[in-house]
This record gives sequence, structure tokens and C-alpha cells, in this order.
Amino acid sequence: MMRPTPIAVDAQVPHMSEIAFAAISVTFHGLTLAMVLYLISVGLSVTMGLMGFVNLAHGAFAMAGGYVMTTLMNRWDLDFAWALLIAVAVVVAASLVLERLLYRRFYGGNELDQVLLTMGLIFLSVGAATYVWGPLTQPMRPPAVLSGQISLFGRSLPAYRTFLIGCGAVIVTALWIGLERTRMGTQLRAAVDNLRMAETLGINTSRLFAAAFGLGSGLAAVGGGLGADVLAISPSYALDNLVYFLIVVAVGGLGSIRGPFFAALVVGLADTAFKYFIPEFGAFFMYALTMAILLRCPAGIFGRT
Amino acid sequence: MTVFRDRFTGNDKAMLDRLARRHRLEPVEALPWIAAVTAGFVFSDYLALLAQILATIVFALSVDLVLGYAGIVTLGHAAFFGAGAYTAGLLAANGWGEPLSGLLAAAIAAGAIGLVSGAVILRTSGLTLLMQTLMVAAMLYELANKAHRFTGGADGLQGMQVWPIFGLFRFDMFGRTAFLYCLVVLFLCWLIVRMVVQSAFGRSLTGIRENALRMHAIGAPVSRRKLIVYTLSAALSGVAGALIAQTTQFVDLGVLSLERSGAILIMLIIGGVGQLYGAFIGVPLYMIAQDRFATVDPVNWYFWIGLFMVLLVIFVRGGVLGAIARMRGRIGARK
Repeated sequence: MMRPTPIAVDAQVPHMSEIAFAAISVTFHGLTLAMVLYLISVGLSVTMGLMGFVNLAHGAFAMAGGYVMTTLMNRWDLDFAWALLIAVAVVVAASLVLERLLYRRFYGGNELDQVLLTMGLIFLSVGAATYVWGPLTQPMRPPAVLSGQISLFGRSLPAYRTFLIGCGAVIVTALWIGLERTRMGTQLRAAVDNLRMAETLGINTSRLFAAAFGLGSGLAAVGGGLGADVLAISPSYALDNLVYFLIVVAVGGLGSIRGPFFAALVVGLADTAFKYFIPEFGAFFMYALTMAILLRCPAGIFGRT
Repeated sequence: MTVFRDRFTGNDKAMLDRLARRHRLEPVEALPWIAAVTAGFVFSDYLALLAQILATIVFALSVDLVLGYAGIVTLGHAAFFGAGAYTAGLLAANGWGEPLSGLLAAAIAAGAIGLVSGAVILRTSGLTLLMQTLMVAAMLYELANKAHRFTGGADGLQGMQVWPIFGLFRFDMFGRTAFLYCLVVLFLCWLIVRMVVQSAFGRSLTGIRENALRMHAIGAPVSRRKLIVYTLSAALSGVAGALIAQTTQFVDLGVLSLERSGAILIMLIIGGVGQLYGAFIGVPLYMIAQDRFATVDPVNWYFWIGLFMVLLVIFVRGGVLGAIARMRGRIGARK
């Protein structure tokens, strides 16, 4: 999905500077992918760890964010920032309604019912997106300030992706501080640790679930909207990228905010590196790496056993 | 399961009789076969589709064996289905089109992959196990794509030549041979699965699903049994893949895809998991719906099947068989 422009290969032996260029390029694009994957997957990790709910359709929220944002920008000529804000608001509102009407009754229930429900929602999202937007990929046109290249480490890098990494870093920091310092963060940590005890202590878990769900969907919408240039917005988005989201969650460990971040870094960098250096194998080594990590730590890097 | 409990609580004698009769064939078990044969006569224009449905039921049965009985949640059974399909396909494309030995080779190849991968991944559980099964299938997919010199990659495997069965029954363009071939193989597979789940081995699998710790405590070799059933299920999936490959004379990468693993899981859940007959209900329902929507409204097929799944899981939990059991329970309670 993201092979950077190949470097000239006139010399037989790769020159040191070429290797350095390749390393910078891979790191840069890997970081971009990691940020997008993290923003989308962290909500999934929380719903799985907190509510015991396998929301395979989580990617659909990211897709919805991407569609609303690109439509607002391309058809309605809205500002980049406004489009993003409205997209997130729309997705959060929709996800809260869905949580109340649908998801809630399946919390802690039979996994297979959850799989059937969320696969059904994925199919619904594919069908609805095809109906409204057609089968083609939605173009993402960053604002003039962010398009073009900027010079970094002696290499010109796409400005928009640099902005994306910066955005991701800010959001991650805010999330971590929020988790440590705010009331909701404390409640969230308590509920993931021991749901019954948290309930006994008087934490309104029903409201907490809704809040966590809405937050997760909102972050997914941010990831889908900002990352429309990395993970292309098309009707089968939720299905095509499902494996990546699941890998991030499984490798990171359930119910964690920090785990998925490191998992996303590993996945983003490794996937980009493998596809850069040995493209003919596709994602094979990425999958092998995931298997190896999960065999070594079955509960994920940051999971509790 | 609920049927037993509702009717016979507190009545040991009746329960004992019920258990003693458990292995016997009941008249209702003839229903799927009567339905299949009738469908073959009535919808003789759709024999090719019916053959596909029968082969897919074999696949669903094999998934039910691991998921419904042993409680191994898998999202990667396409690995074995695809391995079987490619084995039969490669044999037939390279000068050995004998179908029965093709089936056997497919079962062995898929079973071997099941044995090796199972030995590595079955020690995990839950989401981690699900991911491991998914990774195995995804890796095979990438390998098959990479080996496009042999598999044809994304273009599919061309030039399969499947010989007549026993040298007598040619695969005709109406799908008559294909239909009967799949029906017979399905029947044999069903016999095997039924025998397995009703044996002491099968009961111990249910025990492992319900409480692995206790099964360990009473000395059951839990990991070995899980590995055996996983391998058996993989081999059956391989047979299913080979059936599809031989009857359609074509294999493409789709046989190894996540969509394939997901779809078979969905079909099984729609029918009902862990009751042997869920496959016979869910697969035809899903595949006929898919076929109808593909002709009537192909653009919105995903939307309608998605809506169907969501409504089903809201109103009818436990699949169609679950609904039937509940209805019978309600009627029994009224008496």
C-alpha cells in the first residue's frame, strides 16, 4: 500500500547513503501507518478488554469518518479542520446510538453471536457505502499548507504525512495523560482491572461503557479521516483492514491504551520494511512476525497473564 | 441440549433411556438427505449450485467439529480448505485427474498442515488462538500468491483435467455427476463426523470445551485430543476444498481468503453451532440467498445479507437450530 518511490539503482553495491535513505523512508512511512493503525485500533482494544465485546465492525467507524470527511471537503468545499471535526461528531453520535440500540445487549455474551452481529454490520457498511458513494476510492486532498514536500534529514518528505505523525503523537500523549489524570481514565482502568469491583464501588459502568465506546469510535473516525491517504477509503475498508486492526489489538494486549501503541509501531514499521525490501512476499513476514510474538507472549506485549 | 434438560429434569430413568438411545439414528435425521435428493430432482437446472452447497456443507461440518464440539474458535479454516483445493487442482492440472485419489491427497495435505500448525498454535486460547488461525491462513494465502508459477496466483489455476469417476462417470456440463459425487462424499463425511462426536472421544471434546481445567484434572490428554480433532477437521476441510476444485475445475486465491473463513463461520452460526445439523441449515440458507441476490440485486447483496445477519442475531440467538429447540421447549412446557 505504501511503496515509496524506489531509489536509483545504478550502483551494484548499495551505497551507504542509499541504505540510510531507505531506512529514513521506511521509518517515516512506517510511523505514518503506525499512527493511523493506533488511532483506529485503540478503541477496539478497549471494547474488547472492557466490555468483553469482539467488535469486528470497528473499522466501519473509521471508514465512516473517512467518507464523511472526504465528502465534506470534496463536494461541500469545507475546511480541512471543520470537515474532520464534523466527521468525528457524526461518527460519535452514530456510534452512541448503535451502542444503545445494538451493541449493549451483547456485552459479555456469546462470542459467536457477537461475531455474527459485527460481521453483519461490516456487510451492512460495505453495502451502504457502495450504495451512497459507489465502488471507487475517495480521494483525500490535504489543504494547501500541508500538501507538497518538506525537507527533513536531508530528504524531502510529504508534508501531509509529517503532519499526520505529529497529530498522532499529540493525540497519543493526550490519551495517556487523560487515562492517568482524569476521573474517566481512572474509572476505565479500574473497570478493566475488575469490572464487578468497579461496579460495587459505585462506578456507573453503563455510562462508562457508552463513553468508552464513543471515544473509541471517535478516535477511529479521526484515524479514518486523517489517514484516508494511507488506508484508502473504499467500501470494503472494514473488511480489508480488519486483519491489521486485529493484529494490533492482539499483539498489544486487550483493554490497554499503551499496548496497542507499541503494537502499532511494530506492525507499521515491520510491515513497511518488509514491503519495501521484499515486496514479492507481500505481508507474509508480517504475519509470521505476529505469530512469533503471540507464541512468545500469548496475552500480547502489554497483556496481563 | 436444552431439549434434554427441559423435558427430563429430575427423572433419572427417562434421562438414562434418552442417553442410551442417543447413538441411534432418529427418523428426523433422514430429513437432510430427503431434502437433498428432492432438491436434485426438482431443481435439476441448478445442480451445479447444489453441488457447491453440498461441498460447502462438508466444510461447515469440519468447522463445527472444532468450533462446536472442541470449542476452538477458528477464523482460519480456509487454510485447509484452500490447501485441499490446490492439492486436487494441481494434481488435475499436472496430469493426474483421478478424482478419488485427488480427494485423498487433498485430505492428507490439509491434514498435515492442520497437524503441524495445530501443534504450534493450539496451546493458546481465546483471541490469541483466533489470531493464530487467521495468521496461518493469511500466510498460506501469501505463499500461494508468491508461487504464481504453480498456482496461477491471482489469475487462478488454469487447465484442470478431472477424469471420470471410476473411469465411468464423466463430469457433465449439467452438474449431474458433480451433484451425486458431492452428495455421496458429504454422506460419508457426515457418517465420520457423527461417529466421532458420539464416541467417548467426542464427549471428551465437549468436556474440554466446557471446562478444560477439569478435563486436565481427571486425566484426559487435553492437548492431544484437541490436536487430533483439529487435524481431522483440517483433513475434512481439505476434502471440501478438493470437491469444489474438482467440480468447478477451477481454483483461485479466494479459497484461502479471510472472506472464506469468515463466510463459513457465518453460515455455521446461522444454522446453529455444535449440533451436527447446523451446517445442513445454515449453508443452503446463506448460499441460496447469495445466489438469489446475485441475480436480483447484485450491487446490494452485501447490504441485504448484512441486514439478515443482524436481524437474525437480534431475534433468533443460537441460529435456526436454537430457535427450533426453543420452540419445542415452549410447546413441551405447555403440555
